[in-house]
Amino acid sequence: MLTDLFLTLCISTALTAVQAENRCSVDAKNGYKVRLSIKTALGNKAYPWDDSEMFLFRATLAFAMRVYTKSDQYNVSSVHVCDETPRVSFWFVVSNDTELVSAEDVEKAVRISRNRINSAFMLTDQTLEFVNIPPTLVAPVQPGTPPWLIVFGVVISAVCAGVVMLLLSSFVQKRRKKGILEDENEEERCEKQNGATHEVQEGSDDFNQIFVEASSSTKL
Amino acid sequence: MSTEKSGDPADMTKAGEVKAGEERPKWDNKIQYLLTCIGFAVGLGNVWRFPYLCQVYGGGAFLIPYLIALVFEGLPLLHLELAIGQRLRTGSIGVWYSISPYLGGVGMASMIVSFLVGLFYNTILAWVLWYFFNSFQDPLPWRDCPVLSNHTAYVKECEMSTPVNYFWYRETLNITPDIETSGSLQWWLVICMATAWGIVYICFIRGIETIGKAVYITATFPYLVLTIFLIRALTLPGATAGLQYLFTPQWEILKNPKVWLDAATQIFFSLSLAFGGLIAFSSYNPQKNNCERDALIVGCVNSATSIYASIPIFAILGFKAKSNFEDCLNGNILSLTNAFNIGDQNITLENYDSWLAHLNESHPVQVADLHLKVCNLQTFLDQSASGTGLAFIVFTEAVIKMPGSQVWAVLFFIMLFSLGLSSMFGNLEGVLTPLLDMKMVPRCIPKEIFTGMMCMVSFVLALIFTMGSGNYWLEIFNGYVGSLPLLIIAFFEITAVVYIYGMNKFSEDIEYMTGRRPNLYWQANWRVISPLMLLVVFVAYVVVQAEQQPTYAAWNPNYVDFPLEQVLPYPKWVFAICVLLASMPCLPIPLVALYKFILFLKKWLMGRLHSNPYDNEGYSPDTQISVVKMEI
Repeated sequence: MLTDLFLTLCISTALTAVQAENRCSVDAKNGYKVRLSIKTALGNKAYPWDDSEMFLFRATLAFAMRVYTKSDQYNVSSVHVCDETPRVSFWFVVSNDTELVSAEDVEKAVRISRNRINSAFMLTDQTLEFVNIPPTLVAPVQPGTPPWLIVFGVVISAVCAGVVMLLLSSFVQKRRKKGILEDENEEERCEKQNGATHEVQEGSDDFNQIFVEASSSTKL
Repeated sequence: MSTEKSGDPADMTKAGEVKAGEERPKWDNKIQYLLTCIGFAVGLGNVWRFPYLCQVYGGGAFLIPYLIALVFEGLPLLHLELAIGQRLRTGSIGVWYSISPYLGGVGMASMIVSFLVGLFYNTILAWVLWYFFNSFQDPLPWRDCPVLSNHTAYVKECEMSTPVNYFWYRETLNITPDIETSGSLQWWLVICMATAWGIVYICFIRGIETIGKAVYITATFPYLVLTIFLIRALTLPGATAGLQYLFTPQWEILKNPKVWLDAATQIFFSLSLAFGGLIAFSSYNPQKNNCERDALIVGCVNSATSIYASIPIFAILGFKAKSNFEDCLNGNILSLTNAFNIGDQNITLENYDSWLAHLNESHPVQVADLHLKVCNLQTFLDQSASGTGLAFIVFTEAVIKMPGSQVWAVLFFIMLFSLGLSSMFGNLEGVLTPLLDMKMVPRCIPKEIFTGMMCMVSFVLALIFTMGSGNYWLEIFNGYVGSLPLLIIAFFEITAVVYIYGMNKFSEDIEYMTGRRPNLYWQANWRVISPLMLLVVFVAYVVVQAEQQPTYAAWNPNYVDFPLEQVLPYPKWVFAICVLLASMPCLPIPLVALYKFILFLKKWLMGRLHSNPYDNEGYSPDTQISVVKMEI
């Protein structure tokens, strides 16, 4: 009796497994095609694609399903892969015990954990491509102040400082010139009074030299 | 018409120096003067117009009409302007008024053109500053398209064109779909414009005293950057393709008359003739200065700079074309790899052709279904651009692909800024010097405040170029103000000096200044060849303009063929403004002549009616030469 039960259980799981296996095919309704471009992404450091890498992929996808559904019903065996090509592309479906998980759920799960899936293989959204799942675009980092405003601030402060300095320097220069001119004007005014005033030239003898010179030229 | 000026050189010396007790400012040394003239002549056009013309008109073959135009049109006019300014020692209005009062309008025309050109030229500098400010980020903002707020896709306008185009048309200009929609003032352009005018003001604050010092940097720095770019560009892949494309001569193109017309106009505008700026600069020279050698130096350096600048530009354009070509091929390779599930990187750029042939044989239908793009290096090389398109679209795209993009972007935009700044000095001096000489500046305002007021007025007027439709208006100003009026002014200049002032008197003046009379080359050009060339160029230019209906290229995201630009005709009111802009600077020439003629008639009539035997006809205020003043 027990062995009969055991046998039927075995056969039914095998059958469902085979069924699930059979449901993975090219253009499967709830499946997605994956393309990897390892050589493009990594160049010389490219690793060869083999069964262990495939195992990692299935494990990563099971991880993504666990994170999305917040349950632990998914295992490596839940992910079925078929139609592998030398391109390194293949189709996969995810099964939940007996049923296939719907395409929308798979898509959401992949989008949430996309970054983790990419990092597991050292690839990017473009080199690990899930056909028909749009990539999550990373918005560029926006700093608080746009950097161009900072540069602008530096330049405009330098310009204002330069203008103020130049205006001040020319103002000071004009004042100085006016000061010298005023002194000269005063001297001129002195000469124009009374007509006969001479500038007092003081010599070492401490008396007015002009009269001394004048007396030497007069024929007295 | 009789000239009302005595031919005595001694009197003319006085004319320049007796100015109400103040000595005329002068250059600190000859180098300053030469650098200022070279800086004025060498401008943005040398970098972004000449290489384009070279490319479009058959590469190396274009140098022939270009050099012919330089020898027969550029150098004679240049020598003429420098000589006449140095001899008569006043700005453009004073110079032409001295030659004949009927020609005072020529100087006014120069002044108006200089002012209008200065308005839009500084707007280009404001754009350069904006790109310069934005070059200090990683990554450069014109590398990636901005993302929509829900993070699923890029902004549609950017996706349909390119990130570089989007950054220029949307984030910089915020351009409207056509010229009739004005849009609002773009605040970021307004502050960049204020900065540009501030920098211009600092250099221009005391006229040639401060300009002379600024040009040590602004005139020499571009050459340094061009050399750095040359070395860098020659090491980039694809540089040789670009250079081959540029310099391979296509001789048949010389049969097209349009090539000769464009060569003549290019040399004319490139040397910044007829702006009055060169006359202003040379008027601050001592009279005994070899202006012939100066003219040769400035003219040859200007042309040499054009040729020298086109080498790195085209090396970089070749690099960009090669990059685009490889991107195109890689796109095709990816399609083939994905469709036929071939191993990654099995198809490379080298074996692409053999793979394609092989696949075409085995699966022709599938290959056809892929709609592979036809990638041709020649098509990418043919994508030429001139003007702002070259600097802000093509070059910025090339810079992204170079390692260390920020450094190259910063260097490039500083170079453009100093090229433009030194040309701005000439434009502003072309306005300031005549105003100072004509004593239109009240004595109580110091020069610093007056130049500040000039900059402020220009800034306010130039705000129209910061509106949404600003770029369309700038193209109008560029096309209508900066072209036809200059040809007219130059024609009047050369005929005035040769036929009204007199070739003999002019030759004597040059002998006084340089020590020998001008030789046959100069005489032949001044008397016959250059005026004839100018006339032919002017007529051809008008004919070419009149043939086509004036249209402009608009950036309209809703256009059916977007990202191609939509070609729209100018509305009537805009076209009326175009005609006004082209004719307004030229109007003073006939108006002033008419006004002077009316005054002359009036005096003659009065003289006939009240003829008095005791009247001393030898003395009348007009013939006094020591005060050069316009009787307005």
